[in-house]
Amino acid sequence: MSEIKPSGRRNSFDAAAARARCNAYRRRILDISQQVTALHIAPAFSCVEMVDALYNGVMRRQADGAYADVFLMSKGHGCMIQYVILEEQGVLTRSDLDSYCKPNGRLGAHPDFGTPGIAASTGSLGHGLGIAVGQAFAEKLKKTDVQIFCVMSDGEFQEGSTWEAMMTAANLRLSNLTVLMDNNDFSGLERMSEGHRAFYPLVEKAQAFGWDALEVAGHDSAAMFGATIERDGERPRLLVCKTVKGKGVSYMEDVPIWHYRSPNQDEYRQALAELEGAA
Amino acid sequence: MRNRFADTFYELGKADPRLTIVVADISPAGSIAKFRSEFPDRFVNTGVAEQIMIGMVAGMAQRGLRPFAYTIATFALYRPFEFVRDDLCYQNLPVTVIGIGGGVTYSTLGATHHAQEDVSIARAVANLSVIAPCDPAETEAATRWCAVQEQGPVYLRLGKAGEPDLTKDAPEAWAFGKLRRLRAGADICVIAYGGIMKRAFDLAERLETAGKSTAIVSAHTLKPLDVGAIAEVLRNFPTVVVVEECAPVGSLSAQVKEIAWDMHARAKIWAFTLKDEFIHCYGSHDDLLDAHGLSVAHMSARILDA
Repeated sequence: MSEIKPSGRRNSFDAAAARARCNAYRRRILDISQQVTALHIAPAFSCVEMVDALYNGVMRRQADGAYADVFLMSKGHGCMIQYVILEEQGVLTRSDLDSYCKPNGRLGAHPDFGTPGIAASTGSLGHGLGIAVGQAFAEKLKKTDVQIFCVMSDGEFQEGSTWEAMMTAANLRLSNLTVLMDNNDFSGLERMSEGHRAFYPLVEKAQAFGWDALEVAGHDSAAMFGATIERDGERPRLLVCKTVKGKGVSYMEDVPIWHYRSPNQDEYRQALAELEGAA
Repeated sequence: MRNRFADTFYELGKADPRLTIVVADISPAGSIAKFRSEFPDRFVNTGVAEQIMIGMVAGMAQRGLRPFAYTIATFALYRPFEFVRDDLCYQNLPVTVIGIGGGVTYSTLGATHHAQEDVSIARAVANLSVIAPCDPAETEAATRWCAVQEQGPVYLRLGKAGEPDLTKDAPEAWAFGKLRRLRAGADICVIAYGGIMKRAFDLAERLETAGKSTAIVSAHTLKPLDVGAIAEVLRNFPTVVVVEECAPVGSLSAQVKEIAWDMHARAKIWAFTLKDEFIHCYGSHDDLLDAHGLSVAHMSARILDA
């Protein structure tokens, strides 16, 4: 195992600070939920720690503060967490987020290439990994040490296109590609482990496809940080991040309706109280 | 066309390290094989996997490369269609998708290999430019343009190998987005694009023999279509004939009629397209075009008997 060689500055990683950040991100998403009728809150909550660990730990910055590495949100419906982090970093503005899904705004329910900080237009599932493979291939061809990080939903691993990309990434030995799979075990309709039993095992499937794959606790920021920066350097890497859909708000956890619904006022107050209690 | 594309791509690729080609299990012919052996890092074969072929060229373009995706037209456009639409067109990336064997070129392989509605479908997608050169020289000109353009994705529809040179005496050079006069005439103007242009020339000969002075234009760029020049043709000629190897719905013929309606043109318009049918004819490419009603005898008789 060797650490990714940094081309730029890497932040040190503090697990307690990560917990505080993630709690604040969830509250910010909850606030925005009160301005719109729907915003895919649960799929964003399940990958908060994953996205935070990448942006605030793993990905390296250049001297001017811009990221040297690439973050690609393949599970486009989880983009609220990316938006709030980009807001915190000043890449997006408060006004951008206040006009989320409004006619005068520039942020929709799925991220668009061309918006600051967004590496690809996603939303249709099973597209992000193929694009990430092309990006990683290009960086290898250019002989840079840019790393491509792609956050995917587990449901995307039901798409045939994802497996085409998995095979190609391994064939091309894309050791500069890391995928974090948000394995919350829920697709839009049902539990994967109940409705699609052949979906599992995941680590073994990826390994059979030539990937360096392992399972990690998806709400443990420090574990993900460590698992992401330590790798064998020859193969693309997949972290199957075990998560809970709707993590952080009791009534949302593992309840399919929160895939898309926004909380009403009472639900909002309860969720906020729970998050403030955990802060 | 296939070989001229390969020669041109190889030559351009020697000078521009951004040029890369991703194929999906198609044997690299002629100079593409040479490109592969000289620049193995810039040639990728995804295997029988077209979605990743399109997905990855999108990512490659986003990171500064100038990729071409290359396979048989049905598998370049239809199989990965949503990837062409979302990854290339929605993100508006400068990528060229090459469809070999556009139309019903692969006659004996059956409709699974016939891209008989590829131009219609490609033209329907925003941001996607659509080019169908008519001979090797137009293929070279179009390839050169695709290799340096910055505006967005292109569907470059090619035939196969062995098409005759038709444009060496053309009075105008090839220019993206411009209708190109290939031959002058006064009574009838034939508008065509792609490999079927040879039949347009044969048709013009037949019409000339019957005493009709016949012009030919190449509508090589189907999108953006040179609407102004089409309107000029409709103004200047009493009879306009469109000959194309494409299904009628969404065809150039349909758009020429739209333009004619909008400008209150008085020209008589003949539209010869593929039929809106899957035809089970396993003869040559020519046999299949004939079966679709595109024989010179049939077209000329319709025009002259009217």
